[in-house]
Amino acid sequence: MNNQLGIPILSILIFLPIAGAFVVALLNREKEGLIKGITLTVTIANFFISIPLFTSFDKTTAMMQFVEIAYWIPSWGVKYFLGIDGISVLFILLSTLLSILCVTISWHSVEKKVKEFYSAILLIEGSMIGVFCSLDLFLFYIFWEAMLIPMYLLIGVWGGPNRIYAAIKFFLYTLIGSLLMLLGIILLYIFGGRTFDVLEIMKVNYPFGLQMLLFWAFFAAFAVKVPMFPVHTWLPDAHTEAPTAGSVILAGILIKMGAYGFLRFSLPLFPEASLALSPAMMILSVIAIIYGGIICLGQTDLKRLIAYSSVSHMGFVTLGIFALNMQGIEGGILQMINHGIVTGALFLSVGVVYDRTHSRQIADYGGLATVMPVFSAFFMVFTLASVGLPGTNGFVGEFLILVGAFTASKPIAVFSATGIIIGAAYMLMLYQKVFFLEKSSKIMKIPDMDRRELLTLLPLLILVFWIGIYPNTFISFMDESVKALLERIYNSQMTNLDISNILEGKK
Amino acid sequence: MNYTYVLIPVLPLIAFAINIILGRNIIQDRAHLVAIPAVGGAFVLSVFALIDVINGNIYNFDVYSWISSGDFKVSVGFLIDQLTAIMLIVVTSISLLVHIYSVGYMHGDKGYYRFFSYLSLFTFSMLMLVLSNNLLQLYFGWEAVGLCSYFLIGFWYEKKSAADAGKKAFIVNRFGDFGFGLGVILIFLVIGSIHYSDIFNKVGGLQGQVISLFGYDVDLITLIALLLFCGAVGKSAQIPLHMWLPDAMEGPTPVSALIHAATMVTAGVFMVARFNPLFSLSETAMMVVALTGACTSLFAATIALVQNDIKRIIAYSTVSQLGYMFLACGVGAYGAGIFHLFTHAYFKALLFLGAGSVMHAMAGELDIQKMGGLKKYMPVTYWTFLIASLSIAGIPGLAGFFSKDEILWLAYNSGAIGKIVWMIGSIVAGLTAFYSFRIIFLAFHGKFRGTHEQEHHLHESPKSMTIPLIILAIGAVSAGWLGVPEILGGNNAIGHFFEPLLGHPKVTATHSEEIQVMAMSVIIAVFGISLAWFLYMFKPIIPKLLAHWFKNIYKILWNKYYIDEIYEYLFVKSTFWMSRSVLIAVTDSKIIEGVVNGVPQKIADLGDFLRKLQTGHLQHYGIGMALGLFTVFTLVLILSR
Repeated sequence: MNNQLGIPILSILIFLPIAGAFVVALLNREKEGLIKGITLTVTIANFFISIPLFTSFDKTTAMMQFVEIAYWIPSWGVKYFLGIDGISVLFILLSTLLSILCVTISWHSVEKKVKEFYSAILLIEGSMIGVFCSLDLFLFYIFWEAMLIPMYLLIGVWGGPNRIYAAIKFFLYTLIGSLLMLLGIILLYIFGGRTFDVLEIMKVNYPFGLQMLLFWAFFAAFAVKVPMFPVHTWLPDAHTEAPTAGSVILAGILIKMGAYGFLRFSLPLFPEASLALSPAMMILSVIAIIYGGIICLGQTDLKRLIAYSSVSHMGFVTLGIFALNMQGIEGGILQMINHGIVTGALFLSVGVVYDRTHSRQIADYGGLATVMPVFSAFFMVFTLASVGLPGTNGFVGEFLILVGAFTASKPIAVFSATGIIIGAAYMLMLYQKVFFLEKSSKIMKIPDMDRRELLTLLPLLILVFWIGIYPNTFISFMDESVKALLERIYNSQMTNLDISNILEGKK
Repeated sequence: MNYTYVLIPVLPLIAFAINIILGRNIIQDRAHLVAIPAVGGAFVLSVFALIDVINGNIYNFDVYSWISSGDFKVSVGFLIDQLTAIMLIVVTSISLLVHIYSVGYMHGDKGYYRFFSYLSLFTFSMLMLVLSNNLLQLYFGWEAVGLCSYFLIGFWYEKKSAADAGKKAFIVNRFGDFGFGLGVILIFLVIGSIHYSDIFNKVGGLQGQVISLFGYDVDLITLIALLLFCGAVGKSAQIPLHMWLPDAMEGPTPVSALIHAATMVTAGVFMVARFNPLFSLSETAMMVVALTGACTSLFAATIALVQNDIKRIIAYSTVSQLGYMFLACGVGAYGAGIFHLFTHAYFKALLFLGAGSVMHAMAGELDIQKMGGLKKYMPVTYWTFLIASLSIAGIPGLAGFFSKDEILWLAYNSGAIGKIVWMIGSIVAGLTAFYSFRIIFLAFHGKFRGTHEQEHHLHESPKSMTIPLIILAIGAVSAGWLGVPEILGGNNAIGHFFEPLLGHPKVTATHSEEIQVMAMSVIIAVFGISLAWFLYMFKPIIPKLLAHWFKNIYKILWNKYYIDEIYEYLFVKSTFWMSRSVLIAVTDSKIIEGVVNGVPQKIADLGDFLRKLQTGHLQHYGIGMALGLFTVFTLVLILSR
């Protein structure tokens, strides 16, 4: 464990946006320009601050890096413990990047309660970065829950007509999952030597029965977030009703937190349970891939379709993770990043047209390629990335996942590969209905993207090709950490100690 | 010299990038000035590459590491050997001619720059495909050409039929790619690499191994070969994934010539030939390839007999000829298959571009029943079209004769399966001659049957279109001279060229048999042509009577054996029904929400309650959060004591 920069960079990344949120909240609500300006400055600054994580990251070690550690509540063993490794580093960069784009895309489209909106965005940014670097379960849980509230507001206050229903549904699903995880955390605290330090807890081998129990407790929280089948139904509603920025954060970061949770906690803490449950998890993933894909074919609402496609794509992610091998997990992590980029971009794009037409109905569109040629080209690239065309980022992730899945189980890989057919079918159907065919009367005179919108989508377009053509830039971050994780899983021995010994803290 | 060859695909890629970014506002109708020099440069370099290979140089090098995850490593890399060199010539030469032709054909289209961008992108992708030294880059090219095909079929995207056809091509191909992708992964798992050289070195060691799949033991090599072949079936439009190709004719005609006749659709044949060390190890796989090819060629030829849309006839002809190439590969005559690919590229591209020239004169008319007598209005088009038709019919001296004869002869030589496919192949040769000359007689001879308006506008096409036709006509005659068999005094140069790579099947039959097989195919071809003349020039009433007498057969052929309709019900309609009426209407909204979670009603109740709490002020939620944290602390405190 080390901190090569010598400055508390992770704390800065977390608390700069949170401080920004308070500053914005204190401003006069009439000064919208200033509010937006400060928010944008903070998000951009945070992005630049996060770049050293990328450039100074030591790829030769699986150790935690940029570590900050301090006793927070010593009597309970609660630490303020931050650090990142190859599994989490990319998510932080993705978070800081998407936050900027959420601000720029909302520039003109959010008109009510501007001040609160931008504070909420900043609060979300800080807490989601917190989630990805917390190495203390207590701290993790605080950030995990803290993220929920501004997100809930984002949907409930700035969302579409049915926003209250969607927001409450989102809140309840995630809250119930989180509470079960909380029980799990408390159990771990008790059995794991009265500490919340993940690295400490990881040193203990728990009896198999306890591992299973804890796995399911954490599963409740993570599966809802991912979302895995059959707890996915909150997602289409939340996405559909959320404002553009909300959808982008949901798709780009929030649902990654579930899959990240599996990698950071479930796999290393409960290795034997993970191994035992791997087939079940893979089957659930395949169901999500196929179910989510087929259900997309019948959608009539743009955002709902993309939301269900997330269910399918996240099925690939969990499939890769629970294949429990190098290609599967690396593909899974990369696919999370990819999905954040691509689905984030798709929601941003829907935001672009929604601002012009105020309709999400696919049937209202048609012939957009003639009216908005530049936008159409961008959307085409994101569509292709979404269907996993080689040369785009989607392919690399999906292919590695399938390699991993095939290694783990041939029949499961065969079924999941049908996802690439279904994926092509619904995305091309969507593209045809919206961009091809005769011009629809509702879109006759709308302008193409302006510079702000172009600059919002451009970074994501570049990333699509960068990861597609030279993914090693990103995969190389993960190698050591994933290797260490797999060693941890496969070398874990059934503990000889019985549960009473652990209870007394003897290791 | 070898790194210079990297420019072969890169030049068209640069042209694409320039045109797609600057085309709409700056370059506009000058897009060809960027695209043509690029593909021209690629052609020149390809010629150098061919000379290099003829001189005995084979290149195999990696450019950079593409994906590396654990022990899965794959590079972007190039392999230039005999097979690649020939493919490079086919792709760049036809592409160059099609580019030039398109200057005239697409003149004035509002998507002019877009068209040339896509052509360049296609050329790049196809070159990446044939130059690859590993399976994943092949897969990249494979999907990328499919994408360009999708763009170009749906080029006139306002038209629903065009947009539909593009989508259909992409999705049908995905079915093939599904198998192909699994094949690639399986190869990685058993061999540990997906680079060609590793695969071919180690594939022999897999002989006799079995793998368990869904509880059955399957021969490993056969399984791998058949999975890869799935991809070829999709890309090269073989049964049962053939139906996208005729629909693909919705695209501009130069595209049909380049992508859907000469290059992309032959990628499947190329791949099978490339993997001949693998395919040859599995008799079952070889049999499947041979029979798929033979059946497809017969099936498509019968459909072509009765169609009236000039482009669709040629499209079915392409499907049929691709079947011929697979038939060749399936009997181990890979060299002959690639030879036919090579000659076919020229005469089939010529047929399409000729058809395009006709459409150009007829204001887009496609129905040969509404043409007639075009010979005197468009002599260059007529004569070149005639040469192509003679070539495909297999008239001695022309390109198609030599390659087709080589295939039939080698098929005849290879056992019981060989005899069956030889017979099918011979029948198809007759059908091919017949439907090809049906076009000639109906479109170019006799009296004009279109509208007066159309007749008034009939004209020969501009030079930029006729010159490529003439050059292709030269190819359609002479391409075959590379493979004149020994028995006719030639030295089968192309066969020997390929021999180190693709081998040459043992010939057991005698010389007199070879002459007999050859004579028979010529007789069949002449008979086909004569029959077409008899039915459409001499007694034009007979086809109508035949259609009347054999109404049922005619209807089945006219409707292409109803394959599209069957698939529509079996796959498309049922999946959409499943989506709308089962998953959305019942599973998601009733079962999952209702039974498993019981949420909706509770939400409604809670919503009323929470709405009262919802004030919209952040500070209230802050208090809520603090309360939540307090609860957590308390819980921890209590439980940990």
